[in-house]
Order: sequence, then structure tokens, then C-alpha cells
Amino acid sequence: MASTLEPVATIDPSAWVCPLPLRDYPAIVIGHGGGGVLSAELVEHVFLPAFGNAALDALGDAAVLPLAGAEATGRLAFTTDSFVVRPLFFPGGCVGDLAINGTVNDLAMRGARPKWLSAGFILEEGLPMATLGAIVQRMAAAARAAGVQIVAGDTKVVERGHGDGCYINTSGIGVIDAGVEIGPSRARPGDVVLVSGSIGDHGMAIMSVREGLSFESAIVSDCQPLHGLVDAVLSAVPPGAVRVLRDPTRGGLAASLTEIAQASQVGIALDEARIPVHGPVASACELLGLDPMHVANEGKAVAIVDAAAADAALSAMRAHPAGREAARIGVVTAEHPRMLVSRTAIGATRVVAPALGEQLPRIC
Amino acid sequence: MKYLTEFRDGAAARRLADDIARTVTRPWALMEVCGGQTHSIIRNGIDQLLPPQVELIHGPGCPVCVTSLELIDKALAIAAQPGVIFCSFGDMLRVPGSQSDLFRIKSEGGDVRVVYSPLDAVQLARANPQRQVVFFGIGFETTAPANAMAVHVARKEGLTNFSMLASHVLVPPALEAIMSAPTCRVNAFLAAGHVCSVMGFWQYPPIASRWRVPIVITGFEPLDLLEGIRRAVRQLEAGQATVENAYERAVTFDGNRVAQALLEEVFEPSDRAWRGIGVILQSGWRLRDDYRAFDAEARFAVEGVTAPESPMCRAGEVLQGSLKPNQCEAFGTACTPRTPLGATMVSSEGACAAYYHAGRFHQLARAGGVLAGTGS
Repeated sequence: MASTLEPVATIDPSAWVCPLPLRDYPAIVIGHGGGGVLSAELVEHVFLPAFGNAALDALGDAAVLPLAGAEATGRLAFTTDSFVVRPLFFPGGCVGDLAINGTVNDLAMRGARPKWLSAGFILEEGLPMATLGAIVQRMAAAARAAGVQIVAGDTKVVERGHGDGCYINTSGIGVIDAGVEIGPSRARPGDVVLVSGSIGDHGMAIMSVREGLSFESAIVSDCQPLHGLVDAVLSAVPPGAVRVLRDPTRGGLAASLTEIAQASQVGIALDEARIPVHGPVASACELLGLDPMHVANEGKAVAIVDAAAADAALSAMRAHPAGREAARIGVVTAEHPRMLVSRTAIGATRVVAPALGEQLPRIC
Repeated sequence: MKYLTEFRDGAAARRLADDIARTVTRPWALMEVCGGQTHSIIRNGIDQLLPPQVELIHGPGCPVCVTSLELIDKALAIAAQPGVIFCSFGDMLRVPGSQSDLFRIKSEGGDVRVVYSPLDAVQLARANPQRQVVFFGIGFETTAPANAMAVHVARKEGLTNFSMLASHVLVPPALEAIMSAPTCRVNAFLAAGHVCSVMGFWQYPPIASRWRVPIVITGFEPLDLLEGIRRAVRQLEAGQATVENAYERAVTFDGNRVAQALLEEVFEPSDRAWRGIGVILQSGWRLRDDYRAFDAEARFAVEGVTAPESPMCRAGEVLQGSLKPNQCEAFGTACTPRTPLGATMVSSEGACAAYYHAGRFHQLARAGGVLAGTGS
């Protein structure tokens, strides 16, 4: 099919999705929670039409809320996230660590300093008290490490069989300093794409211990707070030089960068050889037929930065404990708007599409 | 990754591509048989390195693509039954049947589980003696030994709650079917390396000589594929038609005799319907009489389930290389990855989906200098 391919007039590139024909579901399927195309469609067709407003429509990791009155120059960031991981404890963390760090990171991705969190627990009848105690202790430690307070909470119990032991929802409020303007639609051609470290660790750590797919590995989740790293980067570059920050959780790097390309109406070109992937993660992905770019992270940021400030931002990341393996992985371009394109190991190119729903191991 | 990164070296890839370009004097159509090879070609952009005379035709070797609609409907009927734990390789969950798919069955209360090994399904049967555990045993010769082992172990242990919905397909009869089509355009085959690691390649010399077609056993990494293409082009240019092994680190002439003996014990050849192609004689494996008790089709009485393919779909011609996907009236209009009429548009390894995907590449290429600025 190489060079003999004729141009195909009927293709609309912006409408192309991964070829998984699950579009017309009359009920929620697992893939609606996968962070891919199905998740995005749920937001677009169900939630936004019902709830839409200026703060929500920006579709950032956190909403930015202007304050009226005496504090008119200040802004708040507000976000919420639910955590339904199975198993509850995994290599490198537990649902409690995720519940704190996930919300802290969503705030940090708008350049906010995280301040206050709420915690809502949905507990399954029969959950051992010792398990709940261990989760709560980990949450308290994670909150201390992130410098946030848990200031509101709620608990509900559902009957046995109606939950996976413990679901946690956290909402968070952070404060955005004057002059900080970070959002998904701010990427411009010429900007540089940075990632704060290796990708795929969290998703593969979870997969390695999940029932039905267990394999021996030393892969540990990267679950960690990122507000310190973000603070270090913002301090190292001129105001406005950091355009976009995202933490590539569900859906991985592919989903986050595609969302940025679409929100900013730009193309993003990656150099695959520059993307850091730990050896065991790369091997596990090979074994299961997964692309590390689709695998979840819980302690990594992708940053779109003004080219003139890219070196300073990268140095600041690498000087921070959460960003030692940070790398420059690509550029923002005016070519192929709304698409993520990657240069492969042998120097050819491919389009990286977000996954539709869940990541599934391939048979061949 | 030892033994992988070495086979993805960009400079070595360009040297192989240059050699192919120097060798080729006229157009040749090469079919890579295996879906894993198609995936690697698309994933790495290998086709972009080739001279314009070398055309790659994506073969029928994606087991997800060629599993018949009828069998998928049978799987869905079994998975929907109360008390059943239905186990499948992951990517089979996404393939639509006539009315539904396994994801939807799961959302409606079916107990559908992804397993990586068929032996995990046997373990589920041991752990859940009160439940019926069914494994969806699809695949080519590559996955067949593990599936055979699962049934073998289940019989040895006397597990009465384990069964398999078997849909094995075989490469050599498919190659014969492709070559015998009057419109066949295939000049050479890149044979599926992993299939040959199990089966060896003793089945191929008669095919190569009968149809005067070079067959090169080929691996999956960029250098493997380019080397396979290089050897196939050299044979074609020299007017030869022999079987060559370009995947020596994994494949021997005899293959894995232990695995072949197990396959012989558990399975027997049978006619098999290939989605988009039709029935190919003796192109599948079914359970032998000794193992028929583990046949899920009989246990769940779904033998009567039938399902016609879309009359608009011309996947059979595409899989045989006689029709380019974008020459099909339905391509990109009635049939898209969102709304597939046939299997070749379903899997990312299917020929039509790969072509659809490639269409994006070529639009990008026309935009010009896509990645010129990436070297940051």
C-alpha cells in the first residue's frame, strides 16, 4: 500500500477514530470510563449540554473561577475526581494516595496552589475496618506531603456486592496567582512539548496485579503530587511561557496531547525515541500488545512551553525530585491541526489516535 | 529491550530499504500474511521506506478479523447465559456480532472476562466449580497449542464445567485459496513468523512450487520485515519461487514438534468459514471426538445460530489483493471504522482499517514536511 495509495477524498481526518465500533451503546459500558473517545463523547453529549457554563466548557483539569469584590484579581481553581481502582492496594500506592494526588495534580495543571480538599467515601458492606484504616492513613500522609487540608467529607455504605470495597471522591480548591494563565487551548505553533518523566508506569503496575492478567514484574505506580514540580517550572520561566499543563492519566499521553491539539487547533509532532519509557513497562506493553502512549500515569505532567523558555523549564523539571527523567519530546506545529503525529524508531511517521475505550491486550 | 531494540535500528532499516530500491526493476505485490506484521508495518511506518514499485497487500492473518459473524453470535449467545463465565482474549471483546458485542453483553450483566492465557480460564473453572467457564478459542496455529493445552488439562483433571468455543484457522489453506482466486495479484508471501515457530515451514515448499510463488518466513520487527521484503524482491527479480527463512532466530524447518503433537491429539482439520471470504475447505481445527465433551457449541446448543454477512462488503476481494480497499463503493462512506460492514474494517490490523488509517498519513504527507521541526 506504500506509495501506490491514491488520495482518498472521502476521509475526514478530524473525524477519524480508532476503529472500534462501539458507538451506539444504549447503556454504559466499561469503555465509557477509559479516558478515550467514549469518555469524551459522554462529556460532550450528556454532561455539557446539561451543565455547560464558561468555567466548565474550558474542559481543563480544573475549573478557573474568578472572585468578585475585594479580591477581584485572585482566581480559584476547583476540581473533582472519583477513584475506583481495583485492587485497592497496588505496587507503589493505594486508592487513598490516588484520591489525594489525583485531585492535587488536577489543580496543579491549571497552575493553582492546592489548598483544600473534600473526601467522600462510598464503602461496601463488609470492608474490613483495618483496610479502611490503612487507606485513610495513606490519605492523611499524602495530604500532608502535598500541603493540603481535608476540610469536608461524607460517608455512605452500600450493600455487599454493590461496590468494590471502597470508592473515594475528592474535590479540591486551589489558588491561582496573578499572571498565571495555563489552559488546554493556549498551545501555539513553535511551542515545545515536555514530559516530566517516564510514561506508562501506573497503568502497567495496575495491570500487573489485576485478576486474569497477572504477571510478575517490578513495575511500581508513579503516583505522586506534581504541584511542587509545577511551582518550580513556573518560577524558572517568564510569565505566560508555560501555555498548557496536563497530567496524562486515563488515556495516557495520546489522549492528553490529542485533547490539547484539538482545544488549541494545532498539530503536535512527537519524536518517539525521545519519550522516556522504563524497560519493564516497555517489555510488558510489548507482551500485551499495548502502546505506552495509551497507558495511564498518575504522577507525570506534559507541558507545552514557549520555545524560548523550554530549556529553562526542562532544567527546572529535572532539578525537582518528581521530574528527574523529564524530556523534550516534540513540538507544536501548524501542520495537521487537531492531530498527534509521531516519528517512529525507523524515521517514518504515524498518526497516534486516542483509544476508544479500555486498553485491551491484543491477541496477535 | 534486548532482541527488540536491535531490530528497530533506523540506520540499518534505511540500508535494507536502499538495497530493496537498488534491486527492484518493476512492480511487485507482496502479501504479509499475519495481522501482527500489518500492525508493525503501520505502527512503524515501514511502507514509507519502500520504493514505489513494492506494494504491500495486507493478508487475512488477523484472527479477530476473520472469525465468522456466526461464531461471534454463538459466543454472544453463550456469554449472555446466566451462570456462565465467558473468557476471551481482550481484543475479541470489541468485535461486533449481528446485534451486539461482548462489551454490551457485559454491561447487561454477562460475566465476560479478559484472560491472557487459556490456562487462566481453566483456573477459573477450578475455582468456580458451580459455574460454567467457556473460553473463546480463536487464533491461528500460534495460539492453538495453548488452547489445546487448556482442553488437555481440563480433560486430565476431569473438569466438567470447562468448555471451549473453538474457531481455529490455518495459514496454508488460506494461502492456497488466495493463490487460486482468478483475480489474485499476489506475487510473493511474507509468511507469518510466529505461526512458523510452532508449525515450522515444511508445509510451504509444495505451495511455493505449485503456484510459482516465493514464500519468505518473516518476523515482526522493522528489520525483520524489511529483510523479508528484500529477500522476496530478490527472488522475484531472479525469477525464483522458493521457501526462505528470514526469521531464523525463532523458526526452524520442523517447528515445535511437541506442540504439533499436542495439536494433533486435540484437534482435527475441518472446513471453516472466514469472515469476509467464505468457507475454505479444511482450513480450521475443531476438537476431536475424544475431546468433544469440551465443545461449547454442543454444550450450549448454539449450533443452529447462523448470521449472514453484509452483501455490500467486498472484504474477500480485498483480502485476496484483487481490490484495493478504497476502490470498494462502501469504503469511507457506508463502511468506516465507526460503522464497519466487514471484518477488515473492524480491527486496527484489518486491511480496510489500515488503509483508512494510511489515508491520513498520505493527507499529512501532502501537507509537506510534517516532522521537519521535531528535531528539538
